[in-house]
Amino acid sequence: MKIAFSTTGDSLDSPLDNRFGRAARFLVYDTDSSAFEILDNSQNLNAAQGAGIQTAQAVANAGVESVITGHVGPKAFMVLQQAGIKIYHSEAPTVSQALELFNAGSLQEAKSSDVRGHWQ
Amino acid sequence: MNIAIASGKGGTGKTTVAVALAQTAAGPVQLLDCDVEEPNAHIFVKPEACITHAVNVLIPVVDESICDANGKCSEICQFNAIVSLKTKAMVFPELCHSCGGCLRACPTGAITEEEQQTGIIETGSRDGLEFVMGRLDVGQAMSPPVIRAVKKHTKQDALTLIDCPPGTSCPVIAAVRDCDFVVLVTEPTPFGLHDLILAVETMRELGLPFGVVINRSDAGDRRVEDYCRDEKIHLLAMIPENRKVAEAYSRGESITTAVPELVPLFRSLLEKVFELVGEVRT
Repeated sequence: MKIAFSTTGDSLDSPLDNRFGRAARFLVYDTDSSAFEILDNSQNLNAAQGAGIQTAQAVANAGVESVITGHVGPKAFMVLQQAGIKIYHSEAPTVSQALELFNAGSLQEAKSSDVRGHWQ
Repeated sequence: MNIAIASGKGGTGKTTVAVALAQTAAGPVQLLDCDVEEPNAHIFVKPEACITHAVNVLIPVVDESICDANGKCSEICQFNAIVSLKTKAMVFPELCHSCGGCLRACPTGAITEEEQQTGIIETGSRDGLEFVMGRLDVGQAMSPPVIRAVKKHTKQDALTLIDCPPGTSCPVIAAVRDCDFVVLVTEPTPFGLHDLILAVETMRELGLPFGVVINRSDAGDRRVEDYCRDEKIHLLAMIPENRKVAEAYSRGESITTAVPELVPLFRSLLEKVFELVGEVRT
Protein backbone atom coordinates (compact mmCIF):
# COMPACT_ATOMS: atom_id res chain seq x y z
CA MET A 1 0.00 0.00 0.00
CA LYS A 2 1.25 3.48 -0.88
CA ILE A 3 0.92 6.39 1.57
CA ALA A 4 1.53 10.03 0.60
CA PHE A 5 3.01 12.35 3.25
CA SER A 6 3.02 16.11 2.64
CA THR A 7 6.55 17.36 3.26
CA THR A 8 8.90 20.26 2.73
CA GLY A 9 11.92 17.94 2.35
CA ASP A 10 12.90 14.77 0.53
CA SER A 11 13.65 12.11 3.15
CA LEU A 12 11.91 10.26 5.98
CA ASP A 13 13.49 12.67 8.46
CA SER A 14 12.02 15.70 6.68
CA PRO A 15 9.32 17.80 8.32
CA LEU A 16 5.68 16.91 7.71
CA ASP A 17 4.13 19.89 5.86
CA ASN A 18 0.89 20.82 7.61
CA ARG A 19 -0.60 22.09 4.34
CA PHE A 20 -1.99 19.57 1.85
CA GLY A 21 -2.87 21.57 -1.30
CA ARG A 22 0.17 23.82 -1.14
CA ALA A 23 2.69 21.31 0.16
CA ALA A 24 6.02 21.58 -1.66
CA ARG A 25 6.39 17.80 -2.13
CA PHE A 26 4.89 14.46 -1.27
CA LEU A 27 6.87 11.53 0.00
CA VAL A 28 5.10 8.46 -1.38
CA TYR A 29 5.98 5.54 0.89
CA ASP A 30 5.36 1.93 -0.13
CA THR A 31 4.58 -0.18 2.96
CA ASP A 32 5.27 -3.43 1.06
CA SER A 33 8.82 -2.58 0.01
CA SER A 34 9.60 0.13 2.63
CA ALA A 35 10.87 2.21 -0.31
CA PHE A 36 9.75 5.74 -1.09
CA GLU A 37 9.71 8.21 -3.96
CA ILE A 38 9.30 11.99 -4.04
CA LEU A 39 6.43 13.66 -5.87
CA ASP A 40 7.13 17.31 -6.67
CA ASN A 41 4.16 19.62 -6.06
CA SER A 42 5.76 23.03 -6.68
CA GLN A 43 3.41 23.73 -9.60
CA ASN A 44 0.40 23.52 -7.29
CA LEU A 45 2.25 25.32 -4.49
CA ASN A 46 2.16 28.38 -6.75
CA ALA A 47 -1.30 27.88 -8.27
CA ALA A 48 -3.53 30.97 -8.30
CA GLN A 49 -6.55 28.88 -7.37
CA GLY A 50 -7.61 25.26 -7.03
CA ALA A 51 -4.28 24.08 -5.55
CA GLY A 52 -5.97 21.50 -3.33
CA ILE A 53 -7.97 20.07 -6.24
CA GLN A 54 -4.93 19.59 -8.46
CA THR A 55 -2.81 18.25 -5.62
CA ALA A 56 -5.51 15.70 -4.80
CA GLN A 57 -5.60 14.66 -8.45
CA ALA A 58 -1.81 14.29 -8.57
CA VAL A 59 -1.82 12.20 -5.39
CA ALA A 60 -4.63 10.04 -6.80
CA ASN A 61 -2.70 9.55 -10.05
CA ALA A 62 0.33 8.38 -8.03
CA GLY A 63 -1.79 5.42 -6.91
CA VAL A 64 -1.78 6.12 -3.18
CA GLU A 65 -4.41 4.70 -0.87
CA SER A 66 -3.84 7.01 2.09
CA VAL A 67 -2.72 10.59 2.67
CA ILE A 68 -1.10 11.79 5.89
CA THR A 69 -0.94 15.56 6.24
CA GLY A 70 -1.73 18.48 8.50
CA HIS A 71 -4.87 20.08 7.09
CA VAL A 72 -7.11 19.38 4.09
CA GLY A 73 -9.53 21.94 2.66
CA PRO A 74 -13.07 21.11 1.53
CA LYS A 75 -12.45 20.84 -2.23
CA ALA A 76 -9.34 18.68 -1.86
CA PHE A 77 -11.26 16.52 0.62
CA MET A 78 -14.06 15.96 -1.92
CA VAL A 79 -11.59 14.92 -4.62
CA LEU A 80 -9.65 12.57 -2.31
CA GLN A 81 -12.88 11.05 -1.08
CA GLN A 82 -14.12 10.57 -4.63
CA ALA A 83 -10.82 8.87 -5.48
CA GLY A 84 -11.28 6.53 -2.51
CA ILE A 85 -8.22 7.82 -0.69
CA LYS A 86 -8.20 7.75 3.11
CA ILE A 87 -7.08 10.95 4.87
CA TYR A 88 -5.27 11.06 8.21
CA HIS A 89 -4.36 14.27 10.03
CA SER A 90 -1.15 14.31 11.98
CA GLU A 91 0.76 16.96 13.86
CA ALA A 92 3.91 14.81 14.01
CA PRO A 93 7.02 16.88 13.32
CA THR A 94 8.57 14.51 10.75
CA VAL A 95 7.44 12.03 8.11
CA SER A 96 9.00 9.07 9.94
CA GLN A 97 7.27 9.98 13.21
CA ALA A 98 3.94 10.26 11.39
CA LEU A 99 4.59 6.87 9.81
CA GLU A 100 5.29 5.35 13.23
CA LEU A 101 2.01 6.75 14.57
CA PHE A 102 0.20 5.37 11.53
CA ASN A 103 1.76 1.92 11.93
CA ALA A 104 0.84 1.94 15.62
CA GLY A 105 -2.78 2.63 14.63
CA SER A 106 -2.82 5.99 16.51
CA LEU A 107 -4.03 8.09 13.56
CA GLN A 108 -7.77 8.50 13.07
CA GLU A 109 -9.24 8.59 9.57
CA ALA A 110 -10.72 12.05 8.85
CA LYS A 111 -14.42 12.10 8.00
CA SER A 112 -14.60 15.72 6.88
CA SER A 113 -12.28 18.56 5.89
CA ASP A 114 -10.79 20.32 8.90
CA VAL A 115 -10.25 23.79 7.49
CA ARG A 116 -12.55 26.14 5.60
CA GLY A 117 -12.22 26.93 1.92
CA HIS A 118 -11.83 30.40 0.49
CA TRP A 119 -14.89 32.64 0.07
CA GLN A 120 -16.77 30.79 2.79
CA MET B 1 -17.55 57.86 -26.49
CA ASN B 2 -16.81 55.68 -23.47
CA ILE B 3 -15.21 57.23 -20.39
CA ALA B 4 -14.35 55.06 -17.40
CA ILE B 5 -14.11 56.52 -13.90
CA ALA B 6 -11.66 54.38 -11.93
CA SER B 7 -9.20 54.61 -9.05
CA GLY B 8 -6.67 52.47 -7.32
CA LYS B 9 -7.90 53.17 -3.82
CA GLY B 10 -11.53 52.66 -2.87
CA GLY B 11 -13.65 55.46 -1.45
CA THR B 12 -11.92 58.30 -3.32
CA GLY B 13 -15.09 59.54 -5.03
CA LYS B 14 -15.46 57.51 -8.26
CA THR B 15 -19.23 57.29 -7.98
CA THR B 16 -19.60 60.93 -6.94
CA VAL B 17 -17.58 62.04 -9.98
CA ALA B 18 -19.30 59.57 -12.35
CA VAL B 19 -22.80 60.65 -11.31
CA ALA B 20 -21.87 64.34 -11.40
CA LEU B 21 -20.42 63.99 -14.92
CA ALA B 22 -23.49 62.06 -16.09
CA GLN B 23 -25.80 64.77 -14.74
CA THR B 24 -23.85 67.72 -16.17
CA ALA B 25 -23.15 66.33 -19.65
CA ALA B 26 -25.29 67.48 -22.56
CA GLY B 27 -26.92 65.17 -25.12
CA PRO B 28 -27.61 61.44 -24.83
CA VAL B 29 -25.81 60.11 -21.76
CA GLN B 30 -25.57 56.66 -20.18
CA LEU B 31 -24.20 55.78 -16.78
CA LEU B 32 -23.10 52.17 -16.29
CA ASP B 33 -22.42 51.06 -12.72
CA CYS B 34 -19.77 48.36 -13.20
CA ASP B 35 -18.85 48.18 -9.50
CA VAL B 36 -20.98 45.03 -9.42
CA GLU B 37 -19.72 43.78 -6.05
CA GLU B 38 -21.20 46.80 -4.34
CA PRO B 39 -23.05 49.03 -6.80
CA ASN B 40 -24.21 52.35 -5.35
CA ALA B 41 -24.65 54.87 -8.17
CA HIS B 42 -28.39 54.12 -8.22
CA ILE B 43 -28.71 55.69 -4.76
CA PHE B 44 -27.78 59.07 -6.28
CA VAL B 45 -29.37 58.63 -9.73
CA LYS B 46 -32.69 57.20 -8.45
CA PRO B 47 -33.58 55.52 -11.75
CA GLU B 48 -37.22 54.85 -12.60
CA ALA B 49 -39.02 52.10 -14.57
CA CYS B 50 -36.30 49.59 -13.76
CA ILE B 51 -36.19 46.23 -15.48
CA THR B 52 -34.16 43.33 -14.04
CA HIS B 53 -32.44 40.70 -16.20
CA ALA B 54 -30.44 37.66 -15.07
CA VAL B 55 -26.76 37.27 -16.02
CA ASN B 56 -25.83 33.65 -16.65
CA VAL B 57 -22.50 31.91 -17.18
CA LEU B 58 -21.90 28.53 -18.79
CA ILE B 59 -20.64 25.76 -16.49
CA PRO B 60 -19.60 22.30 -17.74
CA VAL B 61 -21.73 19.29 -16.87
CA VAL B 62 -20.22 15.80 -17.18
CA ASP B 63 -22.28 12.83 -18.30
CA GLU B 64 -20.79 10.10 -16.15
CA SER B 65 -22.16 7.35 -18.38
CA ILE B 66 -19.98 8.63 -21.26
CA CYS B 67 -16.91 9.98 -19.35
CA ASP B 68 -13.97 7.58 -19.59
CA ALA B 69 -11.74 9.64 -17.28
CA ASN B 70 -9.17 10.36 -20.00
CA GLY B 71 -8.12 13.53 -18.15
CA LYS B 72 -8.09 15.90 -21.18
CA CYS B 73 -10.56 18.30 -19.51
CA SER B 74 -8.40 18.65 -16.43
CA GLU B 75 -5.21 19.12 -18.51
CA ILE B 76 -6.60 22.08 -20.45
CA CYS B 77 -8.27 23.84 -17.49
CA GLN B 78 -6.04 26.71 -16.33
CA PHE B 79 -8.26 27.36 -13.31
CA ASN B 80 -8.32 23.85 -11.76
CA ALA B 81 -12.11 23.90 -12.07
CA ILE B 82 -12.41 20.36 -13.42
CA VAL B 83 -10.59 17.32 -12.15
CA SER B 84 -10.42 13.87 -13.71
CA LEU B 85 -10.17 10.85 -11.47
CA LYS B 86 -9.94 7.15 -12.26
CA THR B 87 -13.63 6.78 -12.97
CA LYS B 88 -15.07 10.24 -13.60
CA ALA B 89 -14.58 13.99 -13.84
CA MET B 90 -15.64 16.43 -11.11
CA VAL B 91 -16.54 20.09 -11.71
CA PHE B 92 -15.99 22.97 -9.27
CA PRO B 93 -18.33 25.68 -10.65
CA GLU B 94 -16.99 28.45 -8.38
CA LEU B 95 -13.54 28.19 -10.01
CA CYS B 96 -14.82 27.95 -13.62
CA HIS B 97 -14.17 30.91 -15.97
CA SER B 98 -16.66 29.60 -18.56
CA CYS B 99 -14.05 29.38 -21.33
CA GLY B 100 -15.48 26.18 -22.81
CA GLY B 101 -11.99 24.63 -23.10
CA CYS B 102 -12.93 21.35 -21.39
CA LEU B 103 -15.90 20.90 -23.72
CA ARG B 104 -13.66 21.20 -26.78
CA ALA B 105 -10.81 19.12 -25.33
CA CYS B 106 -13.02 16.16 -24.38
CA PRO B 107 -12.74 13.45 -27.08
CA THR B 108 -15.76 11.50 -25.79
CA GLY B 109 -18.38 14.25 -25.89
CA ALA B 110 -19.27 13.67 -22.24
CA ILE B 111 -19.25 17.40 -21.44
CA THR B 112 -22.07 19.81 -22.17
CA GLU B 113 -22.65 23.30 -20.76
CA GLU B 114 -25.41 24.51 -18.51
CA GLU B 115 -26.40 28.10 -17.74
CA GLN B 116 -26.00 29.16 -14.14
CA GLN B 117 -27.04 32.56 -12.81
CA THR B 118 -24.15 34.62 -11.46
CA GLY B 119 -25.74 38.05 -11.11
CA ILE B 120 -28.36 40.51 -12.34
CA ILE B 121 -28.57 43.66 -14.40
CA GLU B 122 -31.01 46.48 -13.82
CA THR B 123 -31.79 49.09 -16.42
CA GLY B 124 -33.79 52.27 -15.92
CA SER B 125 -33.60 56.01 -16.51
CA ARG B 126 -34.00 59.35 -14.80
CA ASP B 127 -34.42 62.78 -16.38
CA GLY B 128 -33.05 61.59 -19.73
CA LEU B 129 -30.07 59.80 -18.17
CA GLU B 130 -30.01 56.13 -19.08
CA PHE B 131 -28.84 53.97 -16.20
CA VAL B 132 -27.54 50.38 -16.17
CA MET B 133 -26.33 48.58 -13.07
CA GLY B 134 -24.88 45.12 -12.46
CA ARG B 135 -25.03 43.21 -9.21
CA LEU B 136 -23.04 40.03 -8.56
CA ASP B 137 -24.97 37.35 -6.68
CA VAL B 138 -23.93 36.76 -3.07
CA GLY B 139 -21.44 33.89 -2.83
CA GLN B 140 -20.12 34.31 -6.39
CA ALA B 141 -16.40 35.03 -6.66
CA MET B 142 -16.00 36.32 -10.21
CA SER B 143 -17.44 39.66 -11.29
CA PRO B 144 -16.10 40.10 -14.88
CA PRO B 145 -19.01 38.20 -16.55
CA VAL B 146 -21.50 40.60 -14.88
CA ILE B 147 -19.34 43.63 -15.77
CA ARG B 148 -19.17 42.52 -19.42
CA ALA B 149 -22.96 42.03 -19.43
CA VAL B 150 -23.45 45.61 -18.15
CA LYS B 151 -21.10 46.94 -20.84
CA LYS B 152 -23.10 45.20 -23.58
CA HIS B 153 -25.68 47.97 -23.02
CA THR B 154 -23.16 50.57 -24.28
CA LYS B 155 -24.66 52.68 -27.06
CA GLN B 156 -22.49 53.91 -29.91
CA ASP B 157 -24.26 57.29 -30.28
CA ALA B 158 -24.23 58.25 -26.60
CA LEU B 159 -21.69 59.47 -24.08
CA THR B 160 -21.16 56.40 -21.89
CA LEU B 161 -19.76 56.91 -18.39
CA ILE B 162 -18.57 53.78 -16.62
CA ASP B 163 -18.33 53.73 -12.81
CA CYS B 164 -15.58 51.13 -12.17
CA PRO B 165 -14.74 48.94 -9.18
CA PRO B 166 -11.65 49.99 -7.17
CA GLY B 167 -8.29 48.25 -7.41
CA THR B 168 -6.28 47.07 -10.40
CA SER B 169 -7.31 43.43 -10.82
CA CYS B 170 -9.56 41.54 -13.29
CA PRO B 171 -12.81 43.44 -12.51
CA VAL B 172 -11.12 46.79 -13.21
CA ILE B 173 -9.56 45.48 -16.43
CA ALA B 174 -12.99 44.22 -17.56
CA ALA B 175 -14.53 47.63 -16.75
CA VAL B 176 -11.93 49.90 -18.43
CA ARG B 177 -11.25 47.70 -21.48
CA ASP B 178 -12.13 49.36 -24.81
CA CYS B 179 -12.81 52.73 -23.17
CA ASP B 180 -11.65 55.91 -24.91
CA PHE B 181 -10.41 57.52 -21.70
CA VAL B 182 -10.00 56.70 -18.02
CA VAL B 183 -10.50 59.29 -15.28
CA LEU B 184 -8.54 58.18 -12.19
CA VAL B 185 -10.00 59.67 -9.02
CA THR B 186 -7.66 59.85 -6.05
CA GLU B 187 -7.18 61.66 -2.76
CA PRO B 188 -4.10 63.61 -1.60
CA THR B 189 -2.98 61.06 0.99
CA PRO B 190 -0.13 58.52 1.09
CA PHE B 191 -2.66 55.71 0.48
CA GLY B 192 -4.26 57.62 -2.38
CA LEU B 193 -0.86 58.15 -4.00
CA HIS B 194 0.29 54.56 -3.47
CA ASP B 195 -2.79 53.10 -5.14
CA LEU B 196 -2.85 55.80 -7.84
CA ILE B 197 0.64 54.69 -8.92
CA LEU B 198 -0.63 51.10 -9.30
CA ALA B 199 -3.62 52.34 -11.32
CA VAL B 200 -1.38 54.49 -13.55
CA GLU B 201 0.90 51.50 -14.21
CA THR B 202 -2.17 49.43 -15.12
CA MET B 203 -3.50 52.04 -17.57
CA ARG B 204 -0.07 52.38 -19.18
CA GLU B 205 0.15 48.59 -19.56
CA LEU B 206 -3.29 48.58 -21.21
CA GLY B 207 -2.34 51.53 -23.44
CA LEU B 208 -5.36 53.57 -22.31
CA PRO B 209 -5.25 57.38 -22.19
CA PHE B 210 -5.97 58.66 -18.70
CA GLY B 211 -5.95 61.70 -16.43
CA VAL B 212 -6.23 62.31 -12.69
CA VAL B 213 -8.83 64.03 -10.52
CA ILE B 214 -7.77 64.87 -6.96
CA ASN B 215 -10.80 64.77 -4.71
CA ARG B 216 -10.80 66.62 -1.37
CA SER B 217 -7.70 68.23 -2.83
CA ASP B 218 -6.93 70.52 0.11
CA ALA B 219 -7.33 67.81 2.75
CA GLY B 220 -3.90 66.17 2.51
CA ASP B 221 -0.49 66.96 1.08
CA ARG B 222 0.96 67.85 -2.32
CA ARG B 223 2.57 64.51 -3.17
CA VAL B 224 -0.10 63.45 -5.67
CA GLU B 225 0.26 66.75 -7.52
CA ASP B 226 4.05 66.40 -7.53
CA TYR B 227 3.77 62.84 -8.82
CA CYS B 228 1.45 63.88 -11.66
CA ARG B 229 3.81 66.72 -12.64
CA ASP B 230 6.90 64.48 -12.56
CA GLU B 231 5.15 61.73 -14.55
CA LYS B 232 3.60 64.25 -17.00
CA ILE B 233 0.11 63.03 -16.16
CA HIS B 234 -2.85 65.26 -17.03
CA LEU B 235 -4.34 66.71 -13.85
CA LEU B 236 -7.97 67.13 -14.90
CA ALA B 237 -9.55 68.65 -11.81
CA MET B 238 -9.07 69.38 -8.12
CA ILE B 239 -12.25 69.09 -6.06
CA PRO B 240 -11.83 70.96 -2.76
CA GLU B 241 -12.91 69.48 0.56
CA ASN B 242 -16.50 70.57 1.18
CA ARG B 243 -18.72 69.53 4.06
CA LYS B 244 -21.82 70.13 1.94
CA VAL B 245 -20.68 67.37 -0.46
CA ALA B 246 -20.33 64.89 2.40
CA GLU B 247 -23.73 65.86 3.82
CA ALA B 248 -25.43 65.44 0.43
CA TYR B 249 -23.68 62.09 -0.05
CA SER B 250 -24.88 60.85 3.33
CA ARG B 251 -28.47 61.67 2.33
CA GLY B 252 -28.13 60.00 -1.07
CA GLU B 253 -28.37 63.33 -2.92
CA SER B 254 -26.39 64.01 -6.02
CA ILE B 255 -23.63 66.58 -5.72
CA THR B 256 -24.87 68.60 -8.72
CA THR B 257 -28.23 69.39 -7.09
CA ALA B 258 -26.92 69.75 -3.53
CA VAL B 259 -23.82 71.81 -4.37
CA PRO B 260 -24.63 73.53 -7.72
CA GLU B 261 -21.54 75.74 -7.49
CA LEU B 262 -19.50 72.62 -8.40
CA VAL B 263 -21.30 72.13 -11.75
CA PRO B 264 -18.85 74.33 -13.74
CA LEU B 265 -15.95 72.24 -12.36
CA PHE B 266 -17.48 69.03 -13.74
CA ARG B 267 -18.34 70.72 -17.06
CA SER B 268 -14.74 71.81 -17.49
CA LEU B 269 -13.48 68.36 -16.44
CA LEU B 270 -15.60 66.77 -19.16
CA GLU B 271 -14.40 69.31 -21.74
CA LYS B 272 -10.78 68.53 -20.87
CA VAL B 273 -11.47 64.82 -21.36
CA PHE B 274 -13.13 65.47 -24.75
CA GLU B 275 -10.11 67.55 -25.82
CA LEU B 276 -7.66 64.82 -24.77
CA VAL B 277 -9.68 62.08 -26.50
CA GLY B 278 -9.72 64.27 -29.63
CA GLU B 279 -5.92 64.56 -29.47
CA VAL B 280 -5.54 60.78 -29.17
CA ARG B 281 -7.90 60.17 -32.09
CA THR B 282 -6.18 62.58 -34.52
